[in-house]
Amino acid sequence: MSYKTIDEANQAVAAKIVAGSPFLLDVVPAKSVIKELNEGKVLLHAGPPITYDKMVDPIQGACVGAALFEEWCDTEEEAREMLESGEVKLIPCHHVNAVGPMGGITSANMAVLVVENKTDGNRAFCTMNEGIGAVLRFGAYSDEVITRLRWMRDTLAPVLSAALKTKEDGLNINVLIAKAIAMGDEFHQRNIAASLAFLKEMAPIIVGLTDIDQVKREEVVQFLADTDQFFLNVMMASAKAVMDGARQIQEGTIVTAMCRNGHDFGIRIAGMGDEWFTGPVNTPQGLYFSGFSESDAAPDMGDSAITETFGVGGMAMIAAPAVTRFVGSGGFYDALNTSDEMTEICIDTNPNFPVPTWDFKGICLGIDARKVVETGILPVINTGIANKKAGLGQIGAGTVTPPIDCFEKAVLAYAKKLGFTE
Amino acid sequence: MLHTIIKANSYQDSIVLMLLTNKLNTIDGVHNVSVMMGTPANKDIFKTGGLYTDELEKASSNDMVIVLDIEDDSLIDQVLSEINVFLEEQTKGGGDGAGEEVAKTWDKAFELGKEAGVAVFSIPGTHAALEIERALDEGKHVFCFSDNVAIEDEKRLKEKAHEAGLLLMGPDCGTGIINGIPVAFTNAVRKGKIGVVGASGTGIQEVTTIIHKLGGGVTNAIGTGGRDLKEEIGGITLKDSIMTLEKDPNTEVIVVISKPPAPQVRDEVLNLLRSISKPAVTIFLGEKPDAHEENLYRAYTLEEAAQIAVQLLNKEAVTPRKESLNVPAHTLKPEQKYVKGLYSGGTLAYEAAMLIKEGLHLSEGEHAPEGFILKNQGHEIIDLGDDIYTQGKPHPMIDPTKRKEMLEEVGKDPETAIILLDVVLGYGSHANMAQELAPTIKELKVQAKNQGRELFVIGTVVGTDEDTQDIHEQETIMKEAGVILCDSNAQAVRMALAILEHPLTVEVKEVLPQSAVTPVSIAPSEAMLALLTNQGFINIGLRSFSEAITNHGGKVVQYDWQPIAGGNITLQKALQFLKKVELGK
Repeated sequence: MSYKTIDEANQAVAAKIVAGSPFLLDVVPAKSVIKELNEGKVLLHAGPPITYDKMVDPIQGACVGAALFEEWCDTEEEAREMLESGEVKLIPCHHVNAVGPMGGITSANMAVLVVENKTDGNRAFCTMNEGIGAVLRFGAYSDEVITRLRWMRDTLAPVLSAALKTKEDGLNINVLIAKAIAMGDEFHQRNIAASLAFLKEMAPIIVGLTDIDQVKREEVVQFLADTDQFFLNVMMASAKAVMDGARQIQEGTIVTAMCRNGHDFGIRIAGMGDEWFTGPVNTPQGLYFSGFSESDAAPDMGDSAITETFGVGGMAMIAAPAVTRFVGSGGFYDALNTSDEMTEICIDTNPNFPVPTWDFKGICLGIDARKVVETGILPVINTGIANKKAGLGQIGAGTVTPPIDCFEKAVLAYAKKLGFTE
Repeated sequence: MLHTIIKANSYQDSIVLMLLTNKLNTIDGVHNVSVMMGTPANKDIFKTGGLYTDELEKASSNDMVIVLDIEDDSLIDQVLSEINVFLEEQTKGGGDGAGEEVAKTWDKAFELGKEAGVAVFSIPGTHAALEIERALDEGKHVFCFSDNVAIEDEKRLKEKAHEAGLLLMGPDCGTGIINGIPVAFTNAVRKGKIGVVGASGTGIQEVTTIIHKLGGGVTNAIGTGGRDLKEEIGGITLKDSIMTLEKDPNTEVIVVISKPPAPQVRDEVLNLLRSISKPAVTIFLGEKPDAHEENLYRAYTLEEAAQIAVQLLNKEAVTPRKESLNVPAHTLKPEQKYVKGLYSGGTLAYEAAMLIKEGLHLSEGEHAPEGFILKNQGHEIIDLGDDIYTQGKPHPMIDPTKRKEMLEEVGKDPETAIILLDVVLGYGSHANMAQELAPTIKELKVQAKNQGRELFVIGTVVGTDEDTQDIHEQETIMKEAGVILCDSNAQAVRMALAILEHPLTVEVKEVLPQSAVTPVSIAPSEAMLALLTNQGFINIGLRSFSEAITNHGGKVVQYDWQPIAGGNITLQKALQFLKKVELGK
């Protein structure tokens, strides 16, 4: 299909985002759906491509954790040697239809959510949320962390998989998003309503899975009940599936991915297909758990900004009054201003997801890189803050913006591709 | 020690930053400080101000740059927190108000401002032309406060506006009252039946406030910008405005104010005024008419223009008002021979110079050097709003610093007999200018007295009892400081001349029959007539302009304008290219 103008192409991309219909189909070992993970020692990471030596400490820590989990070695020292030697191949999650939170480190035997965008038939994958505290995504790799990952692989994943398979088409995610946004989630900082809605769907099914050991069923229900952010990873995979469907249109300036690897922030725009445009990441600003300050914070990381790309998270700050203070904002009116400002870099609003606290205006739809460059208004991303030392986990939460460079580079590259000469 | 602080991607308007700089300079221990956007031109200003550091090179046009000269590093935190507090206060400025909505892009501004008839610009002049065009394309009238717009652009845009049936007020339009709603630097003037069109900002302020003081009121005061009556522009806005007011059911008398127009343009304007049905008053500053015409009255001073307008409105005979100047008893020392005028209003300064030249029979030969409206023998009239005094500094209506400095200088000069000055009230002006000037004036008078001289300070307060500043309080402060207060600028100058024993007499002008007219068709566009009842504005730039509008029942969309793509030319071109490019080729 061809479009006369960039505006037309952008409208088409936005229409695909609106039409996107993600369904959670299954939870499976990553290697069963991502073939690249079967080709030797391979780890997926968040953000645009990066080498191990450039990774910040928490992401290196997550790599160590993954190596121990995969039993490539027995000790941290061995793991680091292996990683430093280049024996482990590193691939961005985004390159294999996946997204990963924070460090985004994903290995062959970790369980991943499988979300299918029924509109375009494409799938996306994301690991499950491990809960809070010392967790792999924030760079922790203690025995406790590895033990939990194994439990997720051996218990959580099979139970959820069995439960999902009882539903013929899988679980309709748009319905959950629409419900939870009315209950005060913005899907990046706050997912408790969606996580509970998810539990509400799954619990009766899990209880009925009588051929699974009751202890396992109880453990899974308890874990889902305890894990407020469980839905975040479902949201990420869903947003990825929808945005990948939309970016099949390879024209226009709509941002189709935003992600960061602790070193670079990368974006993609529809008209430039798979190419990343990067700039140095910023450090988040926000509130810290007691005893920590900005000097302890790691630079921005994770593929979770796919939620903002889709239009939730920081873009929908106004949807979640309960967290507006937590994310370092002054309150309701600051949140309102933030979301209002975000409409100025988007081409429309998404009628599927009306926000009650925004007078039922739909979430932001289609970040236009041109508008970002024109106005200097940057997308606001809600994010967790990792300790800059590996293993110490999350130390706060706040907001961060991409560097303007990514958008400037993307706009210039696309203009040049279309024949612009300076 | 110089410290450089760069706040990336934090665009603020230069006036805001200058006010901020003033505030920071009052902090104890701060030797010097300057806050500006990091444009190449501003970096040069840092250089000349002795505040240049190498770190400045890193700053872009979109970054706010603070250079601090302090000994004690611990002050940095205090300065930063002062900046935050100040900027936060700025952003509050009615932002929560019901009448104002905020946009950061044209798209949103136009969407929110669908009903707005007028776009008000106060952005850097180099960017103004492009943005004015955009507003005109959207069918908005434009009020352009910004200056430094090339005259070729002004011509092109005014022609475009005229074709589209729109008014382009400005560029460099300081004052306006539209449908009773004040725009930019304007006084709160009673709504009434007199329509004003003016190519001069403080000229409009002086005339409209005197109309108010005389019990009259104003329908509209349409500013045209100072160059409208030049030959290149041909009075496009002025003529369209006159036609609009002619068809305004609420306007009964029309006043036209301008500095000396190009002769051909003046003739066209006079022909038009002779063609309309409503009585008109003109004042072309610098021209001394010796007669009126029926239905077309020709004033010499701003005060006279206002008086005639009110007389016409009241259907009274047009005659000079009787004035008895209360000239104080005085003895000037023999060397005290000169008048020094320190004005914040350019037109007022011009008027003063004109009257002084006449009263003292000064030769026309001496051309005033840059920075002076008049410098002849020892007499000096200065417009402190002139670019050479305001570069990198706020206008003297906002900031009294320069005027206080000059007051000291001329006040100490034993040859000075009289100091003339103005205090201009209204939206945009200083909240308490009289209080700022009073201590210096008092002190100078005492010093002079100690030296056996009597120093006269004569002034006028341009304002109304509806202005945000308390005019009675301002007058009291001035009087208590020893200023001889007059009702108008012209009266103040006449007072000065009387003290110098060169009184000016006001002549009675004959009313002649009207001259022949070349017929003109008077058919203002629907949009121009709609301007007369317009209540909606898009304010592009200075937030303080929004306040006056909302205070008078208008609706404002505030557009916090920034240069596109942070002023990066390549990116601007790329964006322009992407806007127009055809895909699928």
